[in-house]
Amino acid sequence: MKKHTISVLVENKFGALNRIVGLFSARGYNIDSISVGTSEDDSVARVTIVSKGDDDVIEQIIKQLNKIIDVIKVVDLTYDSFVERELVLIKVSANRNTRPELMQISEIFRTKIVDISPKSLTIEATGGEQKVQALIKMLSPFGIKEIARTGRIALKREFEGTI
Amino acid sequence: MSGAEMTGSEILVRCLIEEKVEHVFGYPGGAIIGTYDALHDISSIKHILTRHEQGAVHAAEGYAKATGKVGVVIVTSGPGATNTVTGIADAYMDSVPIVVFTGQVASYMIGNDAFQEADIVGITRSITKHNFLVKDVKDLAWSIKAAFHLATTGRPGPVLVDLPKDVMAATAPFVYPKEIKLRGYHPYYFGHMGQINKAVEIINSCQKPVIYAGGGVISSNASKELYNFAKKLNAPVTMTLMGLGAFPGDDRLSLGMLGMHGTWYANHAVNDCDCLIAIGARFDDRVTGNTTHFSPNSRKIHIDIDPSAISKNVKVDVPIVGDVRHVLERLTPLVKSLDTSAWLNQIDEWKAEHPLRYENGDEIRAQYVIEKIYELTEGNAIITTDVGQNQMWTAQFYKFKYPRTLITSGGLGTMGFSFPASIGAAFGVKDRPIFSINGDGGIQMNIQELATAAWNKLPIKIVILDNSYLGMVRQWQELFWRKRYSNTFLGLSNPDFVKLAEAFGAVGFRSEKTEQVQGILEEALKINDRPVLIDFKTTLEDNVYPMIPAGGTVAQMMDYPKSVHELSQIQSNVEAVK
Repeated sequence: MKKHTISVLVENKFGALNRIVGLFSARGYNIDSISVGTSEDDSVARVTIVSKGDDDVIEQIIKQLNKIIDVIKVVDLTYDSFVERELVLIKVSANRNTRPELMQISEIFRTKIVDISPKSLTIEATGGEQKVQALIKMLSPFGIKEIARTGRIALKREFEGTI
Repeated sequence: MSGAEMTGSEILVRCLIEEKVEHVFGYPGGAIIGTYDALHDISSIKHILTRHEQGAVHAAEGYAKATGKVGVVIVTSGPGATNTVTGIADAYMDSVPIVVFTGQVASYMIGNDAFQEADIVGITRSITKHNFLVKDVKDLAWSIKAAFHLATTGRPGPVLVDLPKDVMAATAPFVYPKEIKLRGYHPYYFGHMGQINKAVEIINSCQKPVIYAGGGVISSNASKELYNFAKKLNAPVTMTLMGLGAFPGDDRLSLGMLGMHGTWYANHAVNDCDCLIAIGARFDDRVTGNTTHFSPNSRKIHIDIDPSAISKNVKVDVPIVGDVRHVLERLTPLVKSLDTSAWLNQIDEWKAEHPLRYENGDEIRAQYVIEKIYELTEGNAIITTDVGQNQMWTAQFYKFKYPRTLITSGGLGTMGFSFPASIGAAFGVKDRPIFSINGDGGIQMNIQELATAAWNKLPIKIVILDNSYLGMVRQWQELFWRKRYSNTFLGLSNPDFVKLAEAFGAVGFRSEKTEQVQGILEEALKINDRPVLIDFKTTLEDNVYPMIPAGGTVAQMMDYPKSVHELSQIQSNVEAVK
């Protein structure tokens, strides 16, 4: 089973997101993450869904998404070159002794410290899934208190190759 | 452009007139009174008051299936709306074009748990093709036009429009949009020429073709095109339950229905064929059984308007997305006439060896009743069925010759469908006799509609195949659950159906002997100013054969047992399947 990143353009109106989420639960498809926001056009929202499934399941997901009247366009980015990002906020326990090491880790990962208190730090990180996972692994020995993740957003690359 | 200023209720009625709606099925209530008031003076629209909202939706489905027009329903908010849910789900599964208007509490009360409030748009999201909550009277006409557009185009289906009370009381200028453009909705009708050519290659080189036709042939009005295609290919045609009538059931090329209770020869033909042409069908589990063993030797072509129906259950070699009628029009001239005489002879042999059969006796057999109805109506009647044994026997023993003459609940399998659906059909079609076939269980699920049928003097023949059981469930209990008849015997608790019919103002007959069946049916056919209910007391414990157990294969098909010995063999086979 392969992870697929599916980008969906949908009418930016009442109930449209519900139709998409409802489709996944009604038909038993899995959602790893979903993120929603307006696109370049105010009347259109872009929904980015990460889902796992065999090829025929993914094919059905795309067909069923296309069948929703409010859905304007569906693209499975998986087979294209695409840029993906996720934003994550991690609140980690910190004290006088651990704070310098945490700040070093933050620097190595090029993340930002956005909140600080005597007993904790909150780190804001963006990046692809692997970077976020690695960061979480590095931070967990210090004691992660809370994590908030946006889910993946993605756009197709216009130039093939690396940027 | 600006039109005359009107209330939302008046706009709704004007939209119905624009859509040339002649019949509306419904039930009034608090949140929809305004619309009923606006409807009161409109003589071109007949409102049929059913006795339950579920009855209204099934009637609208029956109307739509019989006529090809849109079935329209108007109900109130809350319980009125939730009572439509089963009918809407039924229409969704069987792709029936209906538009359901539900009243709603005032828009500023929504979410307040107001009296008779239900989130019907949320509830029906997964069982409608699309639905709308109209929040501004200025959007009303557009939403209604869009609802009719969506219900009837592409793969048809139910659309719901939710109408808050204050929106319907507010006013706006009435302008009916000429066309609807939806940027996310572009049904594709014509079929890709490259795919059609690939299909032609397969067809022209096959020896043992089978056409497997479904309800899509009927909803796209493609019976004539299917007939020409099959005759040119000399290919036998089997039909799904929803497809019966798409091809004449009395033609040599017809194999009748396939699947779980399909004919022996249809299932064997599908199993042995080298080219399976699926047309407007969706490889439902009741058709395929075990999908890995379904039609194992064939190359498969699938024509369907819904891309998501393709390769959903069974992988096909050549999918063609498009409207069945358009695709057949382009495909037929390209295929060559095949010499299938050896194949057809083989099938004729199967037909002779394994016909549909039953043994007649003193006790009335349900199969016999259906055969008699077929003989007396010469296949010209519209038949609605309920779900279960009555449905399967009708599908097997009434040789449907014309499209839109079988009206049945296929996908959802809704008990209580037959009778209200026949009411809708009776309003839509005046030149065919109308029979509603029921079991003694299902008829009681919407029996209140006797009032609707009697009040409107509809000449429906309501047939009850009364075996005192929920027969299909009992059959499964007999075959798969050691004859433990848990909660399936109704015999002692059933009402006196004849008296019940009379109480509602219909005619009631009862028949307990085979020799009476024909006479009573003839008598019933003479009555044309009232519904007639006939309670046929049939054999109590009878089974539908052939039968392929759920998820089974053709090799596990049980044909009608010829002897006690065969019956015990069937039971041991069933044990093996378990």
